[in-house]
Amino acid sequence: MILVSVGTQLPFDRLIRAVDGWAVDHGRSDVIAQVGPTRYRPVALKSFAHVAYDVFRDLQKDCRVMVCHAGMGSIITAMEFGKPIIVMPRNHKLGEHRNGHQFATLRQFGDRPGIYPADTEVELRALLERVDDLTAYPTLNTIASDAFVEQLAEIVHRPPKTSKVRQLRHFFAGKRAGEPGSIDIR
Amino acid sequence: MRVLLVASAGGHWIELHRLRAAFVGADCQFVSTSKGMTPPLGDREVLEIADTARDSAWAMAPTLLGLLRVFRAFDPDLVVSTGAAPGALALMIAKMFGARTIWIDSIANSETLSLSGRLVKPFADLRITQWHHLADENPSLRYLGQIL
Repeated sequence: MILVSVGTQLPFDRLIRAVDGWAVDHGRSDVIAQVGPTRYRPVALKSFAHVAYDVFRDLQKDCRVMVCHAGMGSIITAMEFGKPIIVMPRNHKLGEHRNGHQFATLRQFGDRPGIYPADTEVELRALLERVDDLTAYPTLNTIASDAFVEQLAEIVHRPPKTSKVRQLRHFFAGKRAGEPGSIDIR
Repeated sequence: MRVLLVASAGGHWIELHRLRAAFVGADCQFVSTSKGMTPPLGDREVLEIADTARDSAWAMAPTLLGLLRVFRAFDPDLVVSTGAAPGALALMIAKMFGARTIWIDSIANSETLSLSGRLVKPFADLRITQWHHLADENPSLRYLGQIL
C-alpha cells in the first residue's frame, strides 16, 4: 500500500493530482490518500480529508512507501519506521503554504537515506514510475538525543519560583485550583 | 510540579513526543488539536483544543477559550510548546497566570525562526532553536541540540 498525506491544515492538490494521474495510468488501486481540506475528488486514490491520529499512525506503519509534503512530521515518521518517502515541498509562491520553509526542510534532510525529494510534479512522477524499487531502513529511534533531553530536563526540573501573580491568585482563590483528578474542560 | 505541554497535531506533536523523557517525574497535561491521541507520559488524557491559523484574530477565539478552560482547570507551574499558533497563545496565557514558559521552535525552521516563535518572545522565559546558526545570530535564543 502506498500512503499519500499532505497534513491537516492546507490542501496540496498539485501533489494529489500528480499521484492520482499516475495511479490512473497504471491501474493502481493500492493508494490511500489523506488529502486535507480540498474540493478535488481523486479518481483512483482512496481518499479522506482527515483521520484520527492513532489510526493514521497505523496506516503509516503498514504502508510500503509514503508520498508526502515536506512536513517534518511525515519525514520523522518515515525515518523512525524505515519507510521510503517521496517528498514534494509546498511552494508558497503558488499559495500552498505561508512561507518557503518546506524547501528549507528538503535542503536540510533531502539527502538522507530513504528520502526521495521531488521539487516538481515531473520529478514526482519520475519517482513514482520506480516506486516499487525504492528502499529505506530505520534511521531514527523514537527519542531525541540524550544531550538535548538532559539539558532540557535540567531546565524543566529547576525548583519552581512561584511568581507574584500566582501567589496573589492562589491567595484570593483560597486554594489551588484543579487539584488531582481528571480534568473536564467542557 | 505541573507541566502543561501544548503542540498542534502532526510534526509539532511528534517533536514534543521525542522530548518526552525530559518531563519524566512531572505531572504532565498534554494538549493538542486532534482526537485519538495517546499521552506520551502519565495518565492524563490528551485534551483537544480548536486549531487556529494565525491569519485572523477572530479565528483564534475558540482556541483561546479552550486554552483558558485548560488553564483554569490545571493551573500549571510550567508551560512548554513546540508550536504552532495555539502553542504561542498558550505561552501568552501562561504569563497572565504566572507560569514559567518554554518555547521550542520546530526543526523545520532551519533558516529563520517561525513567526509564532518571534511573536512569543515577550511571553517566553526561554526560547530554544534547533539550529546552531540561528542561536549564534540571536543571543535571546538557545541551542540545546536537535530532536532527531
